[in-house]
Amino acid sequence: MTGGDGTPMVGIVLVSHSAGLAAEVVALAAAIGGHEVRLVAAGGTDEGGVGTSADKVAAAIEEADAGAGVILIPDLGSSVLTARLLAEPDSVVVADVPFVEGTIAAVVTAGAGAPMEAVLAAAEEARSFRKLG
Amino acid sequence: MDTPFFTAWFEEITDVVAVQREHLTELDAAIGDADHGANLDRGFKAVREALAAKPPASPGAALVLAGSTLIRKVGGASGPLYGTAFREMGKAVGDAPEVSPELLAEALAAALAGVQKLGSAEEGDKTMVDALAPAVRAFSQAVRDGGDAPEAAARAALEGAAATIPLTARKGRASYLGPRSAGHEDPGAASTALILEALRATGTR
Repeated sequence: MTGGDGTPMVGIVLVSHSAGLAAEVVALAAAIGGHEVRLVAAGGTDEGGVGTSADKVAAAIEEADAGAGVILIPDLGSSVLTARLLAEPDSVVVADVPFVEGTIAAVVTAGAGAPMEAVLAAAEEARSFRKLG
Repeated sequence: MDTPFFTAWFEEITDVVAVQREHLTELDAAIGDADHGANLDRGFKAVREALAAKPPASPGAALVLAGSTLIRKVGGASGPLYGTAFREMGKAVGDAPEVSPELLAEALAAALAGVQKLGSAEEGDKTMVDALAPAVRAFSQAVRDGGDAPEAAARAALEGAAATIPLTARKGRASYLGPRSAGHEDPGAASTALILEALRATGTR
């Protein structure tokens, strides 16, 4: 996918213990943030159980990569460790952000054609969003 | 220590993890999500299959293959952590056909460094680091003193694992329990002790 001026967009991979959780956050973020961004779910184990699959995450990174880098958003525990293992300097980066709010912020920013650092910064800002003002 | 030695070490680990599977799961049920025994059992059985399917040409290749297999097959936090430990060991020994005790000491130190970098855990956090770090120190010390390094490492790991019982967890799922995590042995420290005991046992064959 490319931004309005033809430059590629940052891709986003959701890494979760749960296939359902990752898929639903992808659906929610696409609905709110736009369908143009390459947003890929990598949830659950290869056998469909609760846990993380390095193979699923690696495949999702490939699918999300449009040439502008990929941000990995893990939920917790082994998802964080697996994401860190598959990170690559500058091109595949783990975002230390709230799973839902960080994803929405990242998708909206990526959809506007912003570069990696800006998408990451927007996602990290989600940490300080207050729901009750 | 040559390639068959490292293959035998993984055989030994696979056997002991299969035997201790329920014990590890019980430890994990107390403060974790009760999957540590099953995850490691599945992971090391996959390692045994991978080593049999594609016999490695060097100790380093065996260690890297084992580590990569664990990362792919375990599904829990222990996969990336043990996977990194063995891969870092493999990278540290390189393509040497024989691993000297001095080189194994370096490799174990590299394993510890990799685990700590990935998991950001320090000693005292009630994790596998509490067994691995003293074992690495004991192994190196014994190599320098001309002692039985695998024996020293196995003992230090066992003592380190036991010493996690009164600790409050600061990493992983158990950390959510706060003070309620005290009074239980950390499952990761317990499995690390099994792996180092398997190294000792392999050396006495």
